[in-house]
Amino acid sequence: MTNSKDEIKNIPLKEKLILTFEENSEKLLGKKTSHISKIKQKAFENFKKIGFPDPKSQAWKNTDLSEVLSKDYEQLFNFSTEGTNVEELFQCDIHNFDTHIVSLLNGWYVNPSEQITKMPDGTIVGSLAKATEEYPELIEKYFGKAQNKNNNFTELNTAFSQDGIFIFVPDGVEVLKPIQMVSIINHEKNLLVNHRNLIILGKNSKLTFVQCDDAINHQTSFTNTVTEFFLEENSNLDHYKLQNLNNNSSLLNSTYFKQEKDSNLSTNSIILNGGIIRNNYHVNLDGEGCNSEIYGVYLMDRKQHVDNQVYVDHAKPNCTSSQLFKGILDEQASGVFNGHVLVRRDAQKTSAFQTNRNILLTNEASIDTQPFLEIYADDVKCSHGATVGQLDEEAMFYLRSRGIGEKNARMLLMYAYAAEIIEKISIEALQLRIDDMVKKRLRGELSVCDKCVLHCSKPDKEISFDIDMSKV
Amino acid sequence: MAKDKDKIIDKVTGDDYKYGFYTDIETETIPPGLNEDIIRLISKKKNEPEFLLEFRLKAYRHFLKLQEPKWAHLKYPPVNLQDIIYYAAPKKQKEFDSLDEVDPELLDTFNKLGISLEEQKQLSGVAVDAIVDSVSVKTTFQDTLSKHGIIFCSFSEAVQNHPDLIKKYMAKVVPYTDNYYAALNSAVFTDGSFCYIPKGVRCPIELSTYFRINAAKTGQFERTLIIADEGSYVSYLEGCTAPQRDENQLHAAIVEIIVMNDAEVKYSTVQNWYPGNKKGKGGIYNFVTKRALCKGKNSKVSWTQVETGSAVTWKYPACVLKGDNSVGEFYSVAVTNNYQQADTGTKMIHIGKNTKSTIISKGISAGKSNNSYRGLVKVAKKAENSRNYSQCDSLLLGDKCGAHTFPHINTNNKSSIVEHEATTSKISEEQLFYCNQRGISTESAIGLIVNGYAKEVLNKLPMEFAVEAQKLLQITLEGSVG
Amino acid sequence: MLLNIRNLHVSIEGKEIIKGLDLSVNNGEVHAIMGPNGTGKSTLAAVVAGKEGYEITEGEILYKGKDITDLSPEERACEGIFLGFQYPVEIPGVSITNFMRTAINEQREYKGLKSLTASEFLAKMEDKKKLVEIQSKLTNRSVNSGFSGGEKKKNEIFQMALLEPTMAILDETDSGLDIDALRIVANGINKLRTEENATIVITHYQRLLDYIIPDFVHVLFEGKIVKSGGKNLALELEEKGYEWIKEEVERMS
Repeated sequence: MTNSKDEIKNIPLKEKLILTFEENSEKLLGKKTSHISKIKQKAFENFKKIGFPDPKSQAWKNTDLSEVLSKDYEQLFNFSTEGTNVEELFQCDIHNFDTHIVSLLNGWYVNPSEQITKMPDGTIVGSLAKATEEYPELIEKYFGKAQNKNNNFTELNTAFSQDGIFIFVPDGVEVLKPIQMVSIINHEKNLLVNHRNLIILGKNSKLTFVQCDDAINHQTSFTNTVTEFFLEENSNLDHYKLQNLNNNSSLLNSTYFKQEKDSNLSTNSIILNGGIIRNNYHVNLDGEGCNSEIYGVYLMDRKQHVDNQVYVDHAKPNCTSSQLFKGILDEQASGVFNGHVLVRRDAQKTSAFQTNRNILLTNEASIDTQPFLEIYADDVKCSHGATVGQLDEEAMFYLRSRGIGEKNARMLLMYAYAAEIIEKISIEALQLRIDDMVKKRLRGELSVCDKCVLHCSKPDKEISFDIDMSKV
Repeated sequence: MAKDKDKIIDKVTGDDYKYGFYTDIETETIPPGLNEDIIRLISKKKNEPEFLLEFRLKAYRHFLKLQEPKWAHLKYPPVNLQDIIYYAAPKKQKEFDSLDEVDPELLDTFNKLGISLEEQKQLSGVAVDAIVDSVSVKTTFQDTLSKHGIIFCSFSEAVQNHPDLIKKYMAKVVPYTDNYYAALNSAVFTDGSFCYIPKGVRCPIELSTYFRINAAKTGQFERTLIIADEGSYVSYLEGCTAPQRDENQLHAAIVEIIVMNDAEVKYSTVQNWYPGNKKGKGGIYNFVTKRALCKGKNSKVSWTQVETGSAVTWKYPACVLKGDNSVGEFYSVAVTNNYQQADTGTKMIHIGKNTKSTIISKGISAGKSNNSYRGLVKVAKKAENSRNYSQCDSLLLGDKCGAHTFPHINTNNKSSIVEHEATTSKISEEQLFYCNQRGISTESAIGLIVNGYAKEVLNKLPMEFAVEAQKLLQITLEGSVG
Repeated sequence: MLLNIRNLHVSIEGKEIIKGLDLSVNNGEVHAIMGPNGTGKSTLAAVVAGKEGYEITEGEILYKGKDITDLSPEERACEGIFLGFQYPVEIPGVSITNFMRTAINEQREYKGLKSLTASEFLAKMEDKKKLVEIQSKLTNRSVNSGFSGGEKKKNEIFQMALLEPTMAILDETDSGLDIDALRIVANGINKLRTEENATIVITHYQRLLDYIIPDFVHVLFEGKIVKSGGKNLALELEEKGYEWIKEEVERMS
């Protein structure tokens, strides 16, 4: 369904993008005959046809992109560090959090020494652009195979993306050191970034992947990322997403997981700041015996907007999925949760659970939640729940009766509320760090400053509440 | 063994529709088609005041700008509105002063349906407004009711006798701009029921409207308007059936309820339109807009529905909780079988302070049917301390049907509490074995368990209706065992 | 002979649980079957009642002289076989009254008898309630929904009283009962004893047998009855434990 009025509004950016693509098609498409080039060309043609989504459509009526799409953006089709001190920018020294860091600056892979690394165990980590040249067979096998067809922004990304992270874990390999991706936006003008990640876990392999999105200046940016994850048989992915952006940035983050037989997925999103954040999770349980845990917590204030869209497709029998999303919305912040569990006809013995809980702290804040179940198999255990409420008044009274001031008691309860998700983080050092960030966030002390999302350069180990947290 | 169970489910769910007979009564119809002339003709036939014709035409002109909604989880061939006859009335109609003037065939029809229009023969105190195709044929107990100042009559009669009330309240809760079917209804509605309960009056008997589509190729477009003035109470029942036909017939109704301070309306529906045959041929398209406005403080509306019929159901009885402390309730059992499709639920719009709403929905899907719950709970900024609790369960009988839940919660107030829970399950092997071991056949066991599952909602129905509804569930799913 | 089980072999999903079991029960007798966990006691009960998912690979179950292995669970129930469940199933929304009335009338229909009217049924129910000291309120509640362990077991005996079976098999009816509930349940069973019917009590502990005096005690071990005796066997078991049986079995083989 199209709406002529809104379409006119969309024309400038869409038309501009089409012109830009055509002008830069050589850079964007690379070798005309390559596999990827064809996929990109097709995505472009499709985007040309479908453009941006109808703001009145079910999927978009609660997240207003009209302002984002009415701005003018620059796109960088060549890598440039723009005189930023790259080494200083990317450093992460969370105590005891030993990770392999891969960095993106304005959507481009940054590494002074080499663009792609093959480790002794065979794991390949590096730039997607470089991987396309060096491992065309892997790219051909996986690229674009997990993504949703006809998703406006995914098509846009497919057409425009030039770089991003590539990880390949061979069969049977357990990557011990977590791989941490730090994506930073730093540009003097409004910037549109389309970066793309491809992460492949071979049979019986294991990977921990931490995905951090951050913006370091206060310039407007619009980031549209797509990440495809492939979990081959009996592989194990532990995935974290940390989002702490400035209030001028818009982030559209689409994550596609394709799971084969007996694979395990745990994905956990910690969303602390951002102008408009929209996360699409698309989990395809395409083999028997898969398990997916999809968690998220969002703490928003000011005029921030967060939108989590979770689509879980139970295509095969004997799979389990659980979703838990919790949010606190303060001031004029708004939240959207749209969960959709689809259990297909043959997906017998499915267990699917879905929960979304929200707390509103003001009458200016709002939440819109739609937990959907669509079920075509009868031998299933499915349930969902959604709540909107306040902090537990009984608990408030209890804490205050123990001499805890109202402000602190409130913070303590909010912290306890968020802690349910934080506790699910299995890397201890990361858990402590995020725990720390959440406390800071609740105290209003967390801002988007220099450095990456984890603020390692200014670790504030002293952050604590005036009271013993163990009382909660 | 799973196969055996499927067979039994097939058997128990394959029962025939017993209201599918057609009565051969003389019917006056107008040519099919939808245009301004037809609308003028309907208005003229009903001898309507000018304002009503104006309203119809405005609605029609607006309707032309609208498109049929496609968001529901429903698939059906499009309805050609030009093929429908918009007015069909049993002949000999005029004012019936006594039953003797009513066509005996028609009386017989209602007797077959288990509804007696002869007051002295009625055991329970239920006043009935019987509507066949486009017109009301008889309203019983009008005299008894008028002693209390209660107006209970057909919509057409109200237009003639109480035009002021119609003008004041009609389309105030469901404006013609509301949606596609509401606009269509506003343009072509033919009859319906009207009810006004004056201040402080507790209606002593249940009021009931019985809808029957009889003529072929007709659509039924009725409007019901209920006004409960301050401190009053009424329990209202609605039932419906239609003959078995291979063609799909359209039913697009509007029900509006206005509840003043301290008043309460209980609205119960047992919807049993012809559902189509086992192969999905024929059946009624039931596209209904029902909405109650809790206008006054401490007002209360409770919708209870048992949905077993229709090929396609599109229906979301809503409560607009405007008065402070007002209460909205929605209790629903929806059963779909064979190729039936239901997309039904409710909307609870919290506007006033301390408003409360409860939603209990039980969906039962069998055969190749699809059954969806769709609901909206909205809490406006100023609805301090409002509460909602929703429980929506689905039960699947067999592995070829679908059960879906599409709730939507939108909250803009920090002191409100909204809770939604839902589960999807099937009848467990253990439950069936337990029943079998006590000597209960699988067929009866399914009926027993389904009725148990729906009990929370069936209990909300008035006694006379509860028994009928329970039977209906058994007929739809269980066969003959009581 | 009422029940005659000969060389019974039963498998679940290919795994043999009962491995050549023989058991004969006559009218008027009470048999106790004891044995450690996981030896096939509950399987035996389920197989006699006709639960799906069990494969009889060998042997036969004769009831009143006829092989019943091809009968459905409800036909066996109508023939007078009653199973008291170890874990009674919850059926939300279905009152015990409605449940039992349906059961009794279906059984009567099977036997070619007229259905009981509501008042006949209620009178019968009042009568049987006293037997198991059941409270009136309980029968209005949904079958086993939210019942305590004791209430569930009392409810099983109450149903047995109403259905008047010829062959009752009570699977761990004593588990999870406090001493008062145990006494009530046992008294109920004793009162229902006649010359015509028979009862098999499956239990893990000797405790129940202080209240219900069995004519025979059998020890079931690894899918077979390895020892049978009078009521004293139960006492011996209580004293020496199941280890003793294990040793005895090993010694014999």
